[in-house]
Amino acid sequence: MSKGQKLLNWVDERFPLSSTLKEHVTDYYAPKNFNFWYFFGSLALLVLVIQIVTGIFLTMNYKPDANLAFLSVEYIMRDVPGGWIIRYMHSTGASMFFVVVYLHMFRGLIYGSYKQPRELVWVFGSLIFLVLMAEAFMGYLLPWGQMSFWGAQVIVNLFGSIPVIGPDLSVWIRGDYVVSDATLNRFFALHVIAVPLVLLALVVAHLVALHEVGSNNPDGIEIKKNKDPKTGHPVDGIPFHPYYTVKDVLGVAVFLIVFSAIVFFLPEMGGYFLEHPNFDPADPLKTPPHIAPVWYFTPFYAILRAIPSFFGTQVWGVLGMGAGVVVIALLPWLDKSPVKSIRYRGPKFKFMLVLFIIAFIGLGILGALPATNTRTVLSQILTVVYFAFFFGMPFYTKNDVGTVPVPDRVTESTPARQIRFLVLFAVTIVGAALFAMFV
Amino acid sequence: MSEQHVDTGRRRFLTVATSAVGGVAVAGVATPFLMSFFPSERAKAAGAPVEVDISKLEPGQKINVEWRGKPVWVLSRTPEMVKNLPKNDDKLADPKSEIEQQPAYCQNETRSIKPEILVAVGICTHLGCSPTFRPDLAPADLGPDWLGGFYCPCHGSKFDLAARVFKGVPAPKNLEIPPHKYLSDTRLLVGDDK
Repeated sequence: MSKGQKLLNWVDERFPLSSTLKEHVTDYYAPKNFNFWYFFGSLALLVLVIQIVTGIFLTMNYKPDANLAFLSVEYIMRDVPGGWIIRYMHSTGASMFFVVVYLHMFRGLIYGSYKQPRELVWVFGSLIFLVLMAEAFMGYLLPWGQMSFWGAQVIVNLFGSIPVIGPDLSVWIRGDYVVSDATLNRFFALHVIAVPLVLLALVVAHLVALHEVGSNNPDGIEIKKNKDPKTGHPVDGIPFHPYYTVKDVLGVAVFLIVFSAIVFFLPEMGGYFLEHPNFDPADPLKTPPHIAPVWYFTPFYAILRAIPSFFGTQVWGVLGMGAGVVVIALLPWLDKSPVKSIRYRGPKFKFMLVLFIIAFIGLGILGALPATNTRTVLSQILTVVYFAFFFGMPFYTKNDVGTVPVPDRVTESTPARQIRFLVLFAVTIVGAALFAMFV
Repeated sequence: MSEQHVDTGRRRFLTVATSAVGGVAVAGVATPFLMSFFPSERAKAAGAPVEVDISKLEPGQKINVEWRGKPVWVLSRTPEMVKNLPKNDDKLADPKSEIEQQPAYCQNETRSIKPEILVAVGICTHLGCSPTFRPDLAPADLGPDWLGGFYCPCHGSKFDLAARVFKGVPAPKNLEIPPHKYLSDTRLLVGDDK
């Protein structure tokens, strides 16, 4: 027995090292038909690591003080060696986190990955999304620019619209009667330690739940139902390592090319990753002429703006926005379809999904633009479509099955499918660009 | 001890009682942490009244002063602006200022002590942005009926020149009128009316 093996045995007798690795990596059987959409889970983990590492280094030079915060960020950008790269990695990472998470969630939506038995995987994922939004929101206050300040002012006041306890609750969150040094200091504490701890715990829960039930796949077939009697492994499964580790490395390489291009050439992304008013220090007496949240909040922000106040309270918009996030977690119980994957669903779901994509992207664009009467009406229509997709689901998914029956085994990709994917992808991008241009 | 002697009722009572007492302890320990989120004594003390000199304020001009960290507007309305105020009444959510957003002495048509001077907290009652002063008549973006007022850039709420909210916008209430009084013809005290 080699020395290394001896050491491993010594550890294994005291700590489940080999068995844990085996269970979650080398002997975790994943369906063999994963496609493009399956890159984004591992990429989300990568971005989480980037955010934690860059975040730790940023705290070494950042000062959570209303008088010093803005200048300390300038200091990081101009005087700290390598500081600008670390800061741009962190700000780009925040946006890219939402890019990969939205794509990851969309994957779950089209392949029915939230359906039985993966309800808890989906619920943990939805909680991760919620916590991630809190983390991003609090992080955005820290540079203490105009957008930081007024964005926080608006979001904290959302809580103020809750009947009875609202006004006291928003004072409690701010620690002052306006967004101030006290708010900045506590958001810093929450952003760098409390929320990341919750996030990590939820990621562990998400993965443990996933590995308990096994991964879904583009065909929505349970590979565990068809096991090789000799080995006991699913016939349509392959070990995560080395097969999917290698696949994910390719995804990581492509992702890092895109990520680096943004960090080095487009860190502000034309005002969408870092908004222009945030280059002015926070001024509590002057709201910038147009305030909008960072792009990843805009769909929900558009819902908030679309709902007018009535019965003397504005709580409805806030409730609408909250419902827009929470309803995602309810998908496992809203979807009554007998099949999981979009490949074997009927026309009704596909039609509603197209409407949903239009609503989500449309709201995202509208939420980033200043409100006008036409845009408000459009937002209202798209808000109705957004919720119709979810709350109509129990009705339109019932017995909505396509012409192709669900096969017994997973299927291989075909050129027809690949072309269809590229065409739909291009149509979405062009459609979104046209909408943004003419709205 | 044999199985028969286990008194499950007693065991259950003890478990529930222990959990309940433990729960009280958790709530007690949580109290200082939750309390620490409320404004500190220093933050509470920072709300002193502000004195404003309005001798140089021209008709139609608006100045901002800071009171409790919030912008307070002091607007000198022209006679025409005051004359136009009642024309908005049927388009407003609360034209008579019935919701308590002002001291009793400002619950009138102009929402002010002197008809020409408006003193208002420049924080939108929707989500706390500071609306923009738009005295221009019938601008392209606000429509031909616009008689001057305040427009919130964040969510499009509109207020007239008495800081009263229009119907059908996100903001539910008129802007707040802070307690204030005149120390002399040209000196205004914001934050105290006693």
